[in-house]
Amino acid sequence: MIILDKLSKSFNGIKVLDDLNIKFEDKKITVVIGRSGGGKSVMLKHIIGLMQPDSGRVLINGLDINLLKKKELNELRKKFGMVFQDGALLDSLNVFENVAFPLRRHMKISENEIKKKVFSVLEDVGLEGHDKKMPSEISGGMRKRVGVARALILNPEIMLFDEPTTGLDPIMSDVINNLIISMHDKFNFTGIIISHDIAGAYKTGDIIAMLYDGKIIEYGPSEDFKNSVNPVVKQFVSGSMTGPISI
Amino acid sequence: MNIIIKLLSPFEKIGNFVIYTVNELGSIVIYMWDMMLSIAAYFVNLENLIDQMIFIGMDSFYVVGLTGLFTGMVLSLQAYYAAKIVGVTYMIGPTVALSMLRELGPVLTALMITARCGSSMASEIGTMKVTEQIDALEVMAVDPYYFLSVPRVLAAMIMLPLMAVLCSLIGIIGGYIVYVYFLGLNHVTYIDKIYQYVKLSDIYNGLLKAVFFGAILSIISTYKGFQTSGGAKGVGKFTTQAVVLSSVYILFADYLLTSILF
Repeated sequence: MIILDKLSKSFNGIKVLDDLNIKFEDKKITVVIGRSGGGKSVMLKHIIGLMQPDSGRVLINGLDINLLKKKELNELRKKFGMVFQDGALLDSLNVFENVAFPLRRHMKISENEIKKKVFSVLEDVGLEGHDKKMPSEISGGMRKRVGVARALILNPEIMLFDEPTTGLDPIMSDVINNLIISMHDKFNFTGIIISHDIAGAYKTGDIIAMLYDGKIIEYGPSEDFKNSVNPVVKQFVSGSMTGPISI
Repeated sequence: MNIIIKLLSPFEKIGNFVIYTVNELGSIVIYMWDMMLSIAAYFVNLENLIDQMIFIGMDSFYVVGLTGLFTGMVLSLQAYYAAKIVGVTYMIGPTVALSMLRELGPVLTALMITARCGSSMASEIGTMKVTEQIDALEVMAVDPYYFLSVPRVLAAMIMLPLMAVLCSLIGIIGGYIVYVYFLGLNHVTYIDKIYQYVKLSDIYNGLLKAVFFGAILSIISTYKGFQTSGGAKGVGKFTTQAVVLSSVYILFADYLLTSILF
């Protein structure tokens, strides 16, 4: 269970997260939606310890991530996989080496086993035959799939997705959404997706939450979220310019 | 009121500059401390270290060699004009050798490697920072200092003295070529006087300088890489800062080290 407890974070006096509280349930996919620049990525970076809060706690299975020493934090991070918005692939390494990277760093296994695992996960994400390509030679959608493969290679308990469909065409977005669902079925991880893709959120999320003004203003199963009476949620979901959300 | 503000303005600028400098120096010290902790925790990534040694050393051979060659040749020529007046042309060899070994070899090597490798270190790490590759390393539980900084800093500290010796040696050969073939002077005198006047301490003090210069250029360049923000423009800005600051600190350190060592 991941709990964000009264999490606050400001940048240059502007509060991005304001006493934010949320629980991410085990083995379920929670999608956090919200406006661009609304603090979703900041929240995600707090969960993995890339940012430290001004106040509040991030509890992973009861452990406060901000009280851990560097080595303990790194041990905990091995339980995580994260897919970045633009893939964040190491651009000096080819697709195979990118996916193999966490294995080479953290597991003492033979080259044959590394090959077997990498080719298996590349097949899972539909990238067989692309292993020798460099990140600069593949499309945005493929880069995200390589990112998914790299995040999954250590069989993580928790997967974080930072806007996995942003910048992709609708068909490729659907491919990525289906990939997240099938990988969740196969690896049974706790998933946290941040997105502003409403259709994708309904498709992939067991639970949907909305972040607005630094707080979670709506949280519930996908079906309940669709029927929310909160005017902010209604405006965001409908994509209307008029409403309580100030532009 | 406006006059008071105008009068205070220079003091404000000085204050801001002091705060910025102290902040910057403090950040560099923290950065170096984090790097040392990484070495203590994980030792050294040998594969990356060797890659960086090749990049800083072997791949810089031509630029460092050419710099040394032409500097030695020019030194020989310039020394000839002055030495001829007072009739001490036999001192051209030691002048070239001492200048190269004590001063120009280490400094010019450091400046050329700053331009070639320091800029590359800052821009590579900077690009990784703005494209979230550094974050990705951290998420994959890989210490970015261990993976990116430590190999570069150690490689620079190991390779700079070797390249400085090479630069000095080629410079001395360049000086010899001008002395013997262009000026038509006696080659035995050139070598003999070098043996007579150059001490071993001149060589190893020059080497020690090069170790410090290697540390300065690599620490500042990698530090600036990690500081990078603001997309492509930011990469350019921080890379420029890395090169300029490294060069200035190298020249400043050169003065300090010269006054201490020689």
